[in-house]
Amino acid sequence: MMLKLENLSIQFGGLKAVQKLDLEITNGMIFGLIGPNGAGKTTVFNMLTGVYRPTEGKIFALGKETIGLKPWEITRSGIARTFQNIRLFKDLSVLDNVRIAQDQSSEWRYHGLISSIYRTKAFVQDEESKHLSATELLGIFGLEERKTELAKNLPYGDQRRLEIARAMATGAKLLLLDEPAAGMNSSETEKLMQTIRMVREEFGLTIFLIEHHMQLVMGICERIAVLDYGVKIAEGTASEIQNNPKVIEAYLGKSFIEK
Amino acid sequence: MNDVTVFGIKACWKWVVVIAIFWTFHLLVSDRLNPYIFDIIIYAGINIILAVSLNLVNGFTGQFSMGHAGFMSIGGYLSAYLTMLVFNLFPGIDTQSIYGTLFFLSALFCGGLGAAVSGYLVGLPSLRLKGDYLAIITLGFGEIIRVIILNIETIGGARGLPGIPALSHFGWVYTFVVLSIFTVWRLMQSPHGRAFLSVREDEVAAEAMGVNTTKTKVRAFALGAFFAGIAGGLFAHYLLYLNPQGFDFNKSFEIIIMVVLGGMGSISGSVIAAVFLTAIREALRELQQFTQIDFRMVIYSLMLIILMLTRPNGLFGTKEIFHFIPLRRRSLHDVKA
Ligand SMILES: Nc1ncnc2c1ncn2[C@@H]1O[C@H](COP(=O)(O)OP(=O)(O)O)[C@@H](O)[C@H]1O
Ligand SMILES: [Mg+2]
Repeated sequence: MMLKLENLSIQFGGLKAVQKLDLEITNGMIFGLIGPNGAGKTTVFNMLTGVYRPTEGKIFALGKETIGLKPWEITRSGIARTFQNIRLFKDLSVLDNVRIAQDQSSEWRYHGLISSIYRTKAFVQDEESKHLSATELLGIFGLEERKTELAKNLPYGDQRRLEIARAMATGAKLLLLDEPAAGMNSSETEKLMQTIRMVREEFGLTIFLIEHHMQLVMGICERIAVLDYGVKIAEGTASEIQNNPKVIEAYLGKSFIEK
Repeated sequence: MNDVTVFGIKACWKWVVVIAIFWTFHLLVSDRLNPYIFDIIIYAGINIILAVSLNLVNGFTGQFSMGHAGFMSIGGYLSAYLTMLVFNLFPGIDTQSIYGTLFFLSALFCGGLGAAVSGYLVGLPSLRLKGDYLAIITLGFGEIIRVIILNIETIGGARGLPGIPALSHFGWVYTFVVLSIFTVWRLMQSPHGRAFLSVREDEVAAEAMGVNTTKTKVRAFALGAFFAGIAGGLFAHYLLYLNPQGFDFNKSFEIIIMVVLGGMGSISGSVIAAVFLTAIREALRELQQFTQIDFRMVIYSLMLIILMLTRPNGLFGTKEIFHFIPLRRRSLHDVKA
């Protein structure tokens, strides 16, 4: 089991943003979380990554309880995320965005202050292999040509892709993608789907994604959970979700059925 | 040259050459120079160390510290106290001998270390605070240090500390100028430096990428304090007299102006701004003797206002001087240097 949530709940003042959520995601799965705006999806991610502390419940990720760990500890234990409202290091280069994540990854040796300043042989060699590996990763997302550009100068779609590349550079086994296709057109979304599938195979990742784009969710998610007002109202495969009357009522609405 | 992997001592030779040039200059020319001009050159060097090290905190890591003069005074007083102690205990040691030099360097190092430790102690609780709070705390810290020194009689209290042995000179000051620039420059091209930048850019995202932001900030703070302490030691053993008033808020403010003027996150900007402001300061001192008015703060404030209107990111922004020279254009923070 990659991720297991038990009875996970959080309250902001009087608002029960997430209530008694149970969820299991097996290794290598692409799991989708959908629901109307304000349903509590991003809040789930924030609890998973240690930004918010749940008021109740348990989280097991990669065989470990993660509640109480700091966000950076959780990332180093193998869970990385992207942000719904893109949070790149705007004034740094595309390459540096990836390298910052890579620098903290346990896949690479740590070099202390002195050897980094003196530039020992091992340090220089590692920096060069890291550079190569970062460039390769950027290549997967079609960003290789733009690696020296500042992140803020990338078009919107590229910024979203860079966020995924950066999260992957942490060496995470579980990727949490918060609306990765937001703002993309349908051909861009199609390409992103293929990339997500590809990296899942290639890097042996498990992917947990939040999405509004039905095309993406229904297209690639092997399992989907639906959240409404913080409560999980359904879970199943794409076709099960599409035919679930509760879901249609709560979220998909008439327009979706007509489509 | 660019494709070859250079590491270790081979990657340092350019820096060694620069230090050698400074020492050659020191040995050949320094005695013949106009002492007034020479003083300015020395103070410019000390200010370069201060500005570059503060830039590590304020520019690269994005934490607004206003207590740099406090760290400088800790390094200055600590190293001065140590050398005075040693040379009083062993009056036979020649300050110019190899032992004298070794004592001096150890004392400088202790001063830097003392400043770094206090930086660590102040940083640990206060770096959890953001923006204005940190500024206020560090400002308060600087003042507290000054008041403490004012009240320690063994180091002269309000009268100041005279009789510090003359150990610092052009050669050492500029050796440490090069060392501090070297350290910060190299650091900024390593994972440690990139972690500093990530904290400046977006703390939430940095944590989400595995950066321990508290540790990173404290590290930048302690390292900045270390070099401020070294600068204090170099200053003490050149001026041969320390006065707590010299490390008041105005001094911290002066260093901040250098960093802001040069560009938050530009090493060469800090260097140029430090030289420029040292020169201005001396020019104003003459004007002050003539008119009996202290124009410094007025001019500094005016400069800041003009800067904010014309170049809000400082002279160079986050870029370095060579990024403006087309022939040697290269990507910012690239691996090779
Ligand atoms: N830090 C917070 N303080 C108070 N309310 C919050 C906070 N974070 C989220 N919420 C609320 O929780 C609910 C769920 O938000 P969110 O998880 O962002 O929804 P979405 O499903 O659109 O991602 C919203 O009503 C939001 O206003
Ligand atoms: Mg959301």
